[in-house]
Amino acid sequence: MRCVVYILPAAKLTLLVTVMSLAMGFVLGMLLAVARVYGGPVLRFAAASYSRVVRSLPTLVMVFALYYVVLMTDFLGGSRLASAVLALGACSTAYQSEIFRGAIQSLGSGQMLAARSLGMSRPVALRNVILPQAVRLAIPAWSNEAAIVLKDSSLVSAVGTVELFRRAEHVAAATHDWLTAFLAVGLIYFCLTFLTNRGLDWVERRYRLKV
Amino acid sequence: MAEPILRIEDIHKAYGKTKVLRGVSFDVAPGEVVVIIGPSGTGKSTLLRCVNLLTVPDRGRVWLEGVELTDKAVDINKAREKIGMVFQEFNLFTHLTAVQNVMLALTKVKGMKTAEARARAERELEKVGLADKADLYPAELSGGQKQRVAIARALAMNPKVMLFDEPTSALDPELIGEVLEVMQALASQGMTMLVVSHELGFAREVADRIIFLEDGVIAEEGPPEQLFVNPRNPRTREFLYKLTELYGEHGEPKSRGRER
Repeated sequence: MRCVVYILPAAKLTLLVTVMSLAMGFVLGMLLAVARVYGGPVLRFAAASYSRVVRSLPTLVMVFALYYVVLMTDFLGGSRLASAVLALGACSTAYQSEIFRGAIQSLGSGQMLAARSLGMSRPVALRNVILPQAVRLAIPAWSNEAAIVLKDSSLVSAVGTVELFRRAEHVAAATHDWLTAFLAVGLIYFCLTFLTNRGLDWVERRYRLKV
Repeated sequence: MAEPILRIEDIHKAYGKTKVLRGVSFDVAPGEVVVIIGPSGTGKSTLLRCVNLLTVPDRGRVWLEGVELTDKAVDINKAREKIGMVFQEFNLFTHLTAVQNVMLALTKVKGMKTAEARARAERELEKVGLADKADLYPAELSGGQKQRVAIARALAMNPKVMLFDEPTSALDPELIGEVLEVMQALASQGMTMLVVSHELGFAREVADRIIFLEDGVIAEEGPPEQLFVNPRNPRTREFLYKLTELYGEHGEPKSRGRER
């Protein structure tokens, strides 16, 4: 129990990395999804290629790659945290673009046709008709992605970000009680994931599309 | 004939090698109700979509009130405000209530204030007999009610012309009447209507003119009496005979070929 108390403060950083990565993935993933469904051939190809390449790389590779890119270019002050968010966000962008693409396509063409027939431009139709529905449809898959990013945030410990997992290592090194430290951090991850999923379940019930 | 409100000239459209429309031309006078019939796959829906350019024709021109819509310089979004469209599958926005469906384009396209748009939308819903359903979601409405909301949504924009793309084909037989009634009322108020439909009863009673489309061209056109009683083209006779056999004399379906 003492272990949990020592490790828990690092949850703040884990949550920060998770939320920022998910937010980055949400915005960019949505843009990529729109590009893939409504873009011209070049845009479609570019968006699909990004998704294909990034989804083929281990997240850990992205974490290291972005870390060295950020260090070498001194981008964002060469911040570890920034590189961690960029790496997880870049991965999540690819996965979220697939989630949103599927949701948009499942709406069918009728919604866009109806919106355009009323005189809406494409951007107006996207903002007011297509995306509000797509986001609602995407909630179950998105909640899964949120849990994955939360757990994958442990990977950024590899470049020295002191989030939950790294903190557990520190505690274990000090107490020489490795098993307890990792059980404790496991319990914390479980609780965070559980709460995230319950929260998103609520959001899903609240905003579910009645079809 | 008065100055046409709508002029369709030499519309061609192909999808890949399939030529769907092969040169269709006709005029529609203000207040005229034109019903387009024809076998499936002859381009009826494509023709309707070429009118408001949801489908861009490969060749040919469309005029509304003397303005050429197919001219690249024309703001097609502005033009579409004047052309209401009703779809076979209703296409209501599922995340919005009935009244919000009607309001959306009023606020986002016409720039109305919410309160004003709501009042307008409620009036339109009342006209189609759905004042009490304003706050229900599409999923809570019957097919006939959905289609009436869709009609109200189109009418709220104050269109000059209404396009109906098989508005009753996705409806259970007992719900067709309520939609046809609304359309009939609309026609009697002088709305210019272009209707793709197989409801022969409606065509006979309401249409000023029937266009029989086959293989992407107009095979025959004329007033309902002519087509029903004395069609010039043997194909028209054959097609109408088949429809009558299927749906009965008055457009009342005897039986539908599919379970819903």
